[in-house]
Amino acid sequence: MKHRSFFWFFLPTATAMLLFIAFPIVSVLIQSVYAPHEQVIIEVENCGPFGCTATTTVDQEATRALREAQPMGRFVGLDIYFNRAHLAVSEIGALWTAAPDLGTFFSRLLGLPFYGALSFTLTYTFLVTPFSLMLGFVIALSVNALPRILRGPTIFFSLLPMIVTPLVGGLILFWMIDSRGVLGAFFQYLSGDPDLSVKASTPMMWVMLIVYGIWSSAPFAFVVYYAGLQTVPQDTLESAMIDGATRWQRIRYVMLPHLLPLTTFMALIKIMDNFRVFEPIISFQASAHAQSLSYFIYSDLGGETRLLSSAAATSVLTIIGIVILLSPVLVRTWRSFGKA
Amino acid sequence: MNKTLRGLTLSALLGGSALAMTAGTALADCGFAEGRVSIIGNEFPAIRAVADRAAECAAGGVEVNANLTSQHQTLNVAGMSTTPPEYTSAIIANSSIVALINDDVIRPLNDLVAAYGDGLQPHQLITINGDIMAVAFMANAQHLVYREDVLNDLGIAVPTSYEEVLAAAEQIRAAGVMQYPVGGAYASGWNLAQEFVNMYLGHGGQFFAPGSAEVTINNEAGVAALEMMAALTEYMNPDFLTHDSNATSTEWMAGNVALMNMWGSRTQVLMEPEGSAPEVHTNTRVGGPLMVGDSGVPATTLWWDGWTVAKNASDADAEATFRALAHAIQPDLLNDETQQMAVWMIEGYEPTPVSSGVLDTISAQAQPYPMLPYMGLLHTALGDNLAPFLQGRASATEVLEAVEAAYTSAARERGFLN
Repeated sequence: MKHRSFFWFFLPTATAMLLFIAFPIVSVLIQSVYAPHEQVIIEVENCGPFGCTATTTVDQEATRALREAQPMGRFVGLDIYFNRAHLAVSEIGALWTAAPDLGTFFSRLLGLPFYGALSFTLTYTFLVTPFSLMLGFVIALSVNALPRILRGPTIFFSLLPMIVTPLVGGLILFWMIDSRGVLGAFFQYLSGDPDLSVKASTPMMWVMLIVYGIWSSAPFAFVVYYAGLQTVPQDTLESAMIDGATRWQRIRYVMLPHLLPLTTFMALIKIMDNFRVFEPIISFQASAHAQSLSYFIYSDLGGETRLLSSAAATSVLTIIGIVILLSPVLVRTWRSFGKA
Repeated sequence: MNKTLRGLTLSALLGGSALAMTAGTALADCGFAEGRVSIIGNEFPAIRAVADRAAECAAGGVEVNANLTSQHQTLNVAGMSTTPPEYTSAIIANSSIVALINDDVIRPLNDLVAAYGDGLQPHQLITINGDIMAVAFMANAQHLVYREDVLNDLGIAVPTSYEEVLAAAEQIRAAGVMQYPVGGAYASGWNLAQEFVNMYLGHGGQFFAPGSAEVTINNEAGVAALEMMAALTEYMNPDFLTHDSNATSTEWMAGNVALMNMWGSRTQVLMEPEGSAPEVHTNTRVGGPLMVGDSGVPATTLWWDGWTVAKNASDADAEATFRALAHAIQPDLLNDETQQMAVWMIEGYEPTPVSSGVLDTISAQAQPYPMLPYMGLLHTALGDNLAPFLQGRASATEVLEAVEAAYTSAARERGFLN
């Protein structure tokens, strides 16, 4: 393609990306280094149906003057990134000097919101990504082996977890694992403990969230792998069979290498998705057991007093986290393009 | 006011759940001919009744809209910040008005009250430093709800304090009637924080150093409050950290619970046949506010719901908004149906059996939920950090330290602390 025609071809996409991806990121970055003005607090008398009390309020006149002097707010540099709700630099320093041994240090470190959330998010990402790809691959192989007439309905049912809205899918499972729900009662029967509650136990909640994650994202891997399986060259497969390759050997030495680019692509997408895990935490009401960076953004923006700068800083940290996680895959893709 | 999972789910399903209403049924003469009235507020029957009555003023040049959604708090500040504002009025409670005052988006109503506020009673006017910032129309509070049959069968007197609740719960469990007789909205987040606020005030605690944003909850009252909460959770369904007000009501209707601290506004439905067994809804009774310790202050908070007028609305729209809403809360709002919906602060309101809980709480001089600019930040910090103590993963002082640290870093960011 000529450069000129490429330019015109690519222009709409580039404009859209600039407008809807690049500019918002820049605005989030700017927001994260500014904080609201110092509030001028005055003591006032507050009266209402339940009598009068002495209370405080923001002095709007004085605050307005500050606001007009600096419309962007206070410039705070990286302060918000380093505060307790984010990287907690000074808190870690204090923990390091106070902790008697490494074990105590790490268990206290995980008590800080950002690191606690990171430990769940990374566990979730590194378990859900490979297992959902594997499960998707197994489903794809099974469907591929079915007689043609059964494939349509089977594909439809296998896709259901992806079609169901995540919040609704999560809620259904949430009700099933209730101590009075179908699965909850079954677990109690299995363990012989009538007081067993999945929702009250942190490890079991993590397991449920991860199982939900695998269940809901396996169909995506299944569709992509199923499409990929249709492109596996038949003659290579046939010659492998003539050479006496078993079904396992055909999968291992013919299909998997053929599907490797697809696997890389899906790993990229799923790592990005899973690192931003959010809906399961909401629909499982799991915030007492597991939090994620996205959950913090939601919590900052959903409180009675919104913390815009904190949410912006968490967003930037999420982007940085994703870039770090993706870098091995990106480097690998870059190299393989270099070879071609 | 109360963020619930159900609300969130509904709004996810309906894509924002913007419930827009226009032009009510009967047209009333509200005394003005033009203006735009646009209301945002929470979604429950009492507020819907007020919005419906305001919509009666729509005629000729008057346009009345209402967007009632459980997500109103995430929309009202942004929707009132522009000129002209999307919403000319927000219906709020004593906790959520603070966000509107902090961002300076609502106007003092002194002149409008003087000109058009004839039907309003003085105790409905919410004043800050002499400025009327809102007009309240209903009261709410959490108080005891109990099962009369269960208590009578075991000869237990109706508890008036949390200590008595614990003793009664032990008796009910020991008699084999219920394994988990106590209910409570202890869901991690807003609800859990609210229960701490109740219990801490009941122990005579002060949230902040007087006149400043310096938090002061890591003290004896804070530890005692947490320990009482932990003692209560021993008698709750083990899933208590996932039970919001809705789930707690469901547990009640299922007949699993005999004692709970519940919102007055949510009690009427528990006495209706729909969704619960006869022995449950016919035996559901309302008690008073629960005390704790010996402070003499009830372990609960008082709430009002009221309306405001946007600062950025043109004077004509502000006048129309004020008059439409003042019309909406005139005594003729009350009829057999609306009487049941809330504890109205409207002349002619006759208390119903269900409203005795809230009225008793008011007369027991419970404290109103603090209307402080930084209370919302503390509430969020409490909701995010208390759970580890109730799970047995951290000590009371450790979680209170964590709350103070989380609050302090948020308050610094918002400019309340240096």
